[in-house]
Amino acid sequence: MNFPDHLLYTKDHEWIKVEGNEATIGITDFAQSELGDIVYVDIETEGESLDAEAVFGTVEAVKTVSDLFMPVAGKVLAVNKNLVTNPAAVNKDPYGEGWMIRIQLANVADTANLVSASDYRKMTGVSA
Amino acid sequence: MEDVATELKNIALADVHIGLGAKMVPFAGYLMPVSYEGINAEHETVRKGVGVFDVSHMGEFILKGPEALDLVQRVTSNDASKLVDGKVQYTCLPNETGGIVDDLLVYRIDDQTYMLVVNASNMEKDWNWIQKFNTKNVEMHNISDKTSLLAVQGPKAAEVLQPLTDMDLKSMEYYSFRKGKFAGFDNVLVSATGYTGAGGFEIYFENKMAHEIWNAIFEKGKGAGIKPVGLGARDTLRLEMGFCLYGNDIDETTSPLEAGLGWITKFTKDFTNSHALKLQKEQGVKKKLVGFEMIDRGIPRHHYEIFNAGGEKIGTVTSGTQSPSLQKAIGMGYVPADYSKEGTEIFISIRDKNLKAKVVKVPFYKS
Repeated sequence: MNFPDHLLYTKDHEWIKVEGNEATIGITDFAQSELGDIVYVDIETEGESLDAEAVFGTVEAVKTVSDLFMPVAGKVLAVNKNLVTNPAAVNKDPYGEGWMIRIQLANVADTANLVSASDYRKMTGVSA
Repeated sequence: MEDVATELKNIALADVHIGLGAKMVPFAGYLMPVSYEGINAEHETVRKGVGVFDVSHMGEFILKGPEALDLVQRVTSNDASKLVDGKVQYTCLPNETGGIVDDLLVYRIDDQTYMLVVNASNMEKDWNWIQKFNTKNVEMHNISDKTSLLAVQGPKAAEVLQPLTDMDLKSMEYYSFRKGKFAGFDNVLVSATGYTGAGGFEIYFENKMAHEIWNAIFEKGKGAGIKPVGLGARDTLRLEMGFCLYGNDIDETTSPLEAGLGWITKFTKDFTNSHALKLQKEQGVKKKLVGFEMIDRGIPRHHYEIFNAGGEKIGTVTSGTQSPSLQKAIGMGYVPADYSKEGTEIFISIRDKNLKAKVVKVPFYKS
């Protein structure tokens, strides 16, 4: 299972790629694997400013519905519209084509609360 | 609701499923495979080829004796006197207050021996329920713990299984069964039944045969691309057919008539609550289980609420999913009879938004 080192992670299984005061967010390889076939990604928070751990959308697998949580506070700048027609991209390429939102960080220092790839791997219990 | 099992029981092939990388989940007190490679792929395997479900958690009761039919007739809604040796019937156990204790299959082994196949989650409840009506000393045996059940489903099921037995599988009618030699073992029960609408067989045998039978089926199925299929795809397959799932679409509060199970509710004999159900049939049901498909984007789920165009709550979703075969969001739910006509617009509340859907005929999927 793949947890790229250049990303940060949350206990809720989101990843975040920070670039200056903006960031891209999605769900981890572990999350997509646990959910199984993803059939619907519902994100309607574009333009909204959300707190850390606020729900920014919902992802649905065949059998389950899961909320998506903001790793840090920020404003949702963009939503990956391709997931409307191709939600399976989250399964196939969770860190690439399967990205979910792009945000402007409220406070760059907030990322200090996030988890490194190696710590996240330990949390999931997935062996290297 | 069932209590969460504190101690999970293992089905005979648990090690095989874990070895295949199955996602195992607690279900009805057993650790069961819910998926292997993914629900959509497994679903398609069953619709187009052949897949194997381990449904050994299901309960099997044997009812034996001269009064066995009498007992079956008293507790079930369908008319089991119509069965002959080697035939199977879908039926339900009505309760005394208008609902359903469980839905089940009744197998007539011979004129004094019947096998009842019940939902795992209701096994104890059903056993006690039937015992309560067993006033004529019918011998009852619960053989669930020693019985394994594989459902080999899909259009290629017969060709894969035929080399394993002399029983002529292709000639077997839907809802019939035979007992005979299978994969070298005697007394294997092969039933032309299933919960997928894809055709195929359900095979009952003793736990001790499980590994050899599993391996034999997969060996013969190689050329046909046989795959293991989990409970996840079992649910999407049954829902595409509009088949009821106990605990979702039917329960202690829904009558068989409301659930569209009038065809298994036969007033040719008396059974539990038959007088009240007959009256309900004559007067017409107030609510009905309907199938619907989403027009707006969204996936209906169990317990979501159903509204009319005026914003009044009119019912509840009992099952819903994104249909892998149809690539549409589909569901079932109870609505007042006035809203049950095909084409009626209804609204499903999904995350506080009322999204448009329309009532459609089931099965959703037509092969």
